[in-house]
Amino acid sequence: MLEIHDLLNKLEIELKRIIIERQLSNPLMIGIRTGGVWIAEQMHQRLNITEPLGLLDISFYRDDFSQIGVNPNVKPSQLPPHIEGRDIILIDDVFYTGRTIRAALNEIFDYGRPNQVVLAVLITRDGRQIPLCPDCVGANITLNVNQRIKLTGPEHLAIELQTIEAA
Amino acid sequence: MTDNLQLNSEGKLKHFLTIDGLEKSLLTEILDIAESFVGINDHKIKKVPLLRGKTIVNLFFENSTRTRTTFELAANRLSADVLSMSISTSSTSKGESLLDTIRNLEAMFVDMFVVRHAISGAAHFIAQHTAPHISVINAGDGQHAHPTQAMLDMFTIRQIKKDFSNLRVAIIGDILHSRVARSQIQALNTLGVAEVRVIAPKTLLPAHVESLGVNVSHNLTAGLKDIDVIIMLRLQKERMTSALLPSESEYFKCFGLTEDKLKIAKPDAIVMHPGPINRGVEIESKVADGPQSVILKQVSNGIAIRMAIMAMTMQKQGVM
Amino acid sequence: MSQIHIKQGCIIDPVNNISRIGCVYIADGKIVSVTNEPEGFKPDTIIDAHNQIVCPGFIDLSARLREPGQSRKATFKSETTAAANAGVTTMCLQPDTRPVIDTPAVAELIKELAEKADYPQVYPIAALTRKLEGTELSSMLSLKQAGCIAVGNASQSVKNLLILRRAMEYAASHDLLVMFRPNDFWLGNNGCAHEGAVATRYGLPGIPEEAETIALAQCLELVELTGCRVHFGQLSCKRSVIKIYQAKKYGLNVSADVAIHQLHLTENDIIPFDSNYHVLPPLRTEVDKQYLRGGLASGTINSICSDHQPHDIDAKLGAFPETEPGVSSLETLLPLMLKLVSEHIITLEQGIASLSENPARVLRIKSGALTVGFAADVCIFDPELEWQVNSDNWKSRGVNTPFWGQMLKGRVTHTLQAGRVIHCLEKSKR
Repeated sequence: MLEIHDLLNKLEIELKRIIIERQLSNPLMIGIRTGGVWIAEQMHQRLNITEPLGLLDISFYRDDFSQIGVNPNVKPSQLPPHIEGRDIILIDDVFYTGRTIRAALNEIFDYGRPNQVVLAVLITRDGRQIPLCPDCVGANITLNVNQRIKLTGPEHLAIELQTIEAA
Repeated sequence: MTDNLQLNSEGKLKHFLTIDGLEKSLLTEILDIAESFVGINDHKIKKVPLLRGKTIVNLFFENSTRTRTTFELAANRLSADVLSMSISTSSTSKGESLLDTIRNLEAMFVDMFVVRHAISGAAHFIAQHTAPHISVINAGDGQHAHPTQAMLDMFTIRQIKKDFSNLRVAIIGDILHSRVARSQIQALNTLGVAEVRVIAPKTLLPAHVESLGVNVSHNLTAGLKDIDVIIMLRLQKERMTSALLPSESEYFKCFGLTEDKLKIAKPDAIVMHPGPINRGVEIESKVADGPQSVILKQVSNGIAIRMAIMAMTMQKQGVM
Repeated sequence: MSQIHIKQGCIIDPVNNISRIGCVYIADGKIVSVTNEPEGFKPDTIIDAHNQIVCPGFIDLSARLREPGQSRKATFKSETTAAANAGVTTMCLQPDTRPVIDTPAVAELIKELAEKADYPQVYPIAALTRKLEGTELSSMLSLKQAGCIAVGNASQSVKNLLILRRAMEYAASHDLLVMFRPNDFWLGNNGCAHEGAVATRYGLPGIPEEAETIALAQCLELVELTGCRVHFGQLSCKRSVIKIYQAKKYGLNVSADVAIHQLHLTENDIIPFDSNYHVLPPLRTEVDKQYLRGGLASGTINSICSDHQPHDIDAKLGAFPETEPGVSSLETLLPLMLKLVSEHIITLEQGIASLSENPARVLRIKSGALTVGFAADVCIFDPELEWQVNSDNWKSRGVNTPFWGQMLKGRVTHTLQAGRVIHCLEKSKR
């Protein structure tokens, strides 16, 4: 059903389109850990961006901290020191409730004030909880409530559809 | 005896009172999380929203500007609201008024107490008697424990030495009265160093000090051999008036760390000190400010480690 | 006056070497016969002691009832009720009341409080020195005449050995027993726990054994010098037992007791920072406990005391070192003694003797035995009855005990003081 290469190709086309459309100059690409980074690595290569990829770990910015606590595998974010005034391409794997992107934006803005941010995701699914919308999308899908979509990698990127057993 | 008081029903940190009874995996988790908090220093806004809306009260029954400041900064960087109170112990010499203080603050919807107190066990006592949703962090209690200081020291050691397993660590000075030393010894042994050696005259060593899992030496020159990490302790002036030591100068002669004595340790040995330093008493300025000293690094690491511990104790607030 | 017939109990009376099933007959407050029914005996009370032990009422060499001066902690009424509940019929009251028992007026006040509480057999121990300060002698003769059974230092150190020498000489002149708790002030160094591995681990200021053994050794030398009769109270360590053994062998006129909790608890039992384990002298090591047990078994240690120290809740509410030391221990005395029997440390006869015959000998009082003509101080207990240490079963105002909530075996059903039933366990609890 979902062929990863088709989606990556589609996303690449979308990104090229938005760079022109939004006149992104020397954009900084940032991937969200962990799946977003894998996608971002692909796009970074395909778009021949020379500046190193930025890595974002949003653990400290999550809004569900008091329920799930600190992720013990949290790693420091790696962003260049000058975010101020930059054009940013933010990349994630699956766009679902929107909360991850909210947290990511909060963190990016703590580094400085960018000129503009565009959001690119491999897949969007239904279930939005926050009024956000990606600019570039590899595919749009609709799932049942007990279904989840998961990206596996980074060696062989693949998309898995999981069904959560009712507890 | 394990201190289950510190852990909630899911085995997560609820209070942070002592290193005693905590497992290696938990100590490593603290160090790992602290590692990622160091990254926040790169932010233009050096803050994360983790504890937004939480209220932290620093309760200092004993003065310590430096420890209090790092706790304040750590709380601020986690976006908590923080209030620092210095309370003279004379007004709370009885347990009942200590409890009254706690109860009054609880009524103001506090989420965490950071406690520094001159009596061993004070933080335990507060943790046992405070409302169940409140976390307590021990910022030093009597001669018992100073676990956040010990963890920032472990963090500093790991930053430089990477691995604990082959390290020989010497702790030098007033072990008897030192809560820092007790917590360091417990942390080093839990993290699995090769050896902890304490070096001090008998008057400054507690009874059965070997039971803490250390080797003992009364001679600095002999004791520094093969040492990778040197931890100097602060010598309080009262130790002279209570006949534990004859004089500062004699102490310096025997146990003061000088450039010459430092050469006995391994060439890449690091020198640590929990501060504040008594220059010329326990350590020579040339050593304290020298290339092997990591004393200032310890201070800056204090913030990240305290952020990690605050965040960890506040997670899943409400799970008992 | 009334006649009481205690029926078919297992009588254990070490003084008279009785250990068999039988009856005890009491008339006019005195024992009139054991086993054989006196002629024309018409009891108005019959106590069925079937399956129970009948023995002399217990004599406690060290208790604090908190009056006068600290009635917020406990009162004569509450603590004598606890004593009756524990089978204790005679108590020696330590002199560190407020004010200190150093004048006949205070001694008389205590007698009065005891009468009012319907528990007359409270013997005050007078202070060895005025205000227990260790600087001036107390008026020992007047205090003796006012009813004090001995002189003692409570838990205060006598720092000046010359004063101690003179106090002992003066006490000896009036044939007064000195009850001495050996405790060197300087070596004690305001500690709160045994100077050992546990205190080191938890950063608690330590008290070395030598704080006790050195003070004990000094006092033993002064016994030899002064000829004073000394009873050493609340010993806590191995070398104290050895020193008492040697002193007795050498022929010194000394005796000793141990607080019941020292026979069961060590530093390793301390739950971190739980103030119920804060006692003085501190809980020591396993070796010390074994020596104390051995000393009791061999007779080196003459008796067991409760060292009862009830506290109000606030006194124990705080960080360990700043709480007040002491255990509320009257009511656990019997079950903990029986535990020594079930662990085969001592025989039941020895255990009963250590709580009756032996302390009576130390105090030289006509008590501690079911001898015909003696005041009928009797304790009847069920050695198998299990009960929980909880507010339902507890009479002392002080709930400061490390045994709170535990199930203990052995419970007093009746206590008679001079032929008066001062305690009778509710039928529902038997």
